Order: sequence, then structure tokens, then C-alpha cells
Amino acid sequence: MTSGVGSVAGLAFDLALGGLLLATALAAVAGRNLFGGVVAFVVYGLLASLAWVRLGAIDVALAEAAIGAGLTGVLLVGAVARLARIGAVEPAPTAPVGKALAALGAVGVAGAIALAVLALPEGRPGLGPEVARNLEASGVENPVTAVLIVFRGYDTLIESIVLLAALVGVWAASLERDWGGLPGLRQHARPGGVMATFARLVPSIGIVVGIYVVHAGAYAPGGAFQGGTILAAVYLLAAMAGLVEPPAVSRLPVRLALALGPAVFLGLGVVGALGGTFLAFPEAVAGTLVLVVETALTVSIAATLALLVLGPPARPSPGGAP
Amino acid sequence: MSPDLAPHATIYALVGAALVGLGLYGLVARRHPLRRLVGFNIMGSGLFIVFGAAGMGPLGPDPVPQALIITGIVVAFSATALITALAGRYAALTGRAGLPEETPPPEGGAAGRPEAS
Repeated sequence: MTSGVGSVAGLAFDLALGGLLLATALAAVAGRNLFGGVVAFVVYGLLASLAWVRLGAIDVALAEAAIGAGLTGVLLVGAVARLARIGAVEPAPTAPVGKALAALGAVGVAGAIALAVLALPEGRPGLGPEVARNLEASGVENPVTAVLIVFRGYDTLIESIVLLAALVGVWAASLERDWGGLPGLRQHARPGGVMATFARLVPSIGIVVGIYVVHAGAYAPGGAFQGGTILAAVYLLAAMAGLVEPPAVSRLPVRLALALGPAVFLGLGVVGALGGTFLAFPEAVAGTLVLVVETALTVSIAATLALLVLGPPARPSPGGAP
Repeated sequence: MSPDLAPHATIYALVGAALVGLGLYGLVARRHPLRRLVGFNIMGSGLFIVFGAAGMGPLGPDPVPQALIITGIVVAFSATALITALAGRYAALTGRAGLPEETPPPEGGAAGRPEAS
């Protein structure tokens, strides 16, 4: 740690940020108004990404800002509006006794975790040195990308399939007549209004930033998840402004885009299995293969995340039954 | 305080523990599905912060927890998207924005009502 004034100011910042995190989380959980709670949650997500920057985990900060705050926020705001449109009856509040018991349990769990944190053993080496020793063999310079794609490729492969499974689940929540149709409701934005203008200006910059973040993932914070989320956000912005009409989810190009990442990753994994180990990349071409996997994953992640936010198909496909 | 955990990492780890408690309270004590979802997300986020901060060794952040947390953020988002879709469909079918044993029946019975669009 640096010493002196900088360190004291840093600690003051950390304490203030920690307090703000707790205050926004409390507002999100316990506030009276549901929409206000969702807004507090988005603010919480942005503050949490600041906390990740302070912890030196820039890759996580990018993912938290883009997915945790951004996409989850859009999803929740959309869901609040949808339930209000339906006019659904809200559940009765929990009885005070139930609230007190829940609070007691929550304090107990938080206290147990806090005790565990304070009781962490000394001199934990962690896996950092191990990753650093093998970094050269992974073909990339960013250790987080190396762990995601090479050292713990299983996690990332299965995660990309979890995304697909969740999307199939979301689609299954559509009405029978809308199955395979156009996702989400028709969007109306005032032509020349703030939304439409913003959605015309931002994509050209957003697409470049998104592709840069994917590419930078090889040697700096970034990667397929963060870049793919930015690309998905750009698409969602254009879709919400009514500038692009999302395609029917039964169309072949949509399905191909969704399956590309997991398919390429799995395919290369099987090739690796023929050479000895599943998901192992030969050292000589590891850097190239990581780039191939990241590019394919980016396409699928961007498509899957955008479709997850757009929601179940709500309008029949214009071309009739798929 | 564990000596090899940098002071600011300890602060965030303890804040993360408190966030898990807040999120758990929201998940258990609140009944609106979206409120529970917010609680679930805060609980997850708090746990990520505990995990990430505990992974802060003397050599800086450990890349393995970071990669696992990124995976966790994406999986939490998938679950959130699935639950919002299910909650929306359930509300459209029953006129209730909550579990049947916690939510009064809608006036006039909205069962089977097609979703307003």
C-alpha cells in the first residue's frame, strides 16, 4: 500500500463508497416505490463497478457496469412497465413478525460472512502466481482472459450454454400464437426526439468501442463478455428507438448467431480432445485460437443478451407460421 | 483484521457481507417478484464483492476469482431475464403480480386474460 496522505484519502473514499453501496442497496430493497427501487438498484450497480475499480478488478468492473447495472436495469424497468400495463394485483406486504424474522436471519448470515472474512488465514498465495507462471502458454497477456478461455474454459463454455438455455426458457414464456415470432412489443419513439437522435448518434461510436473492448481483452481489461454486452446495448438502443425491427426469433440467421459461439468453442474443444485433452489449445496457435473463440463468443453473447432483454416473442411472425 | 488483506479490501469484504444480508432480507421479506429479484441480485453482487475482495492478496487481485465473478454476473443476468419473463407471463395469465398464497385475487377474475399489448 502507498503511505501518507494518498492512502488516507483512499481509505476515506473507500468508506464513503461502501456507505453509498449500503444506502443504495437499502433503498433498492426496502424503498416503498417499486420503480424507485429499480432505479436505486441501477445506481447501486454503477457504484459497485466503482468498487471493482478500487479493488483493481477492471474486467469485473466493466462486466458489472454493462451487465449488472445496464442490462439488468433495462430488463427490470421493462418488467415494471409490463406489470403496470397488465394491471396485475400486487402481493400483500409481509406481516411485521415475518419481516423481523427475515431481518434476524439476514443479520445472522451477514454476520457469519463478516466473521469468515475477518478469520481468513494469513499468507494465502491464491492462484495468481500459478496463472502468472503459465500465462505465456495461454497465448494472451490478460490473465483474466487466459483464465476465462484457456485455464477454466469449461466454466465459460458451460456459461455460454446457460445463456442459451435461459433464452429458450424466456421464449417458452410466450403465447402459443406468438411462438417463434417477433420479440417484445412494437416500440414508439418520437422521430427527432431525444431517444431517436441519441440512437442515431451512439451506435457508430458504440460498435467501435465494443469491438475494441473484445480485441483489447487479449492484453488489457476487456473481452467477449464485456464487448458483446456493449454491442448488445447498441442494438437495444436502436431497437428501443424504433430504428430497427428485431427479427422473428425463428429465423435461421438469428439461430446461427446464437449457436455460433458455443458451437465453435465446443468444436475446438473436441479437436483438442482428439489431440489429448478436451478444451486444450496447442501452445503454438493458442493466441489465434483464443481470438477465434472470443470472436465467435462475442457474436453469440451480443445476440443472446439482446434477445434476453427484448423478452418473449409477443407478436406473430409477419411471414405467418415459422 | 487479517494482516495480508489490504485495508481497503477488508472494507469492501465487510460491505459485501452486509450487502448479502440486505439482499437476503429483500428476497425473503419482500413479496413483489421484481423486488425479490432486486434482492437476489444484490445478494449475488455482495457475495461477488466478498469473493473478489478476499482474493486480493499481497500481489494484487487474483485473476481466477475475477474470471469466476464475470461468469457469475452473466449467469445471474440469465436467471434474472428468465424470472422477469416468467413473472410477466404469470401476471398476464392470472392478473397477479405475486405468488397466489401471498396475493389477493384480482377483481372480476382475470384468469386466462390475454396480455394487453
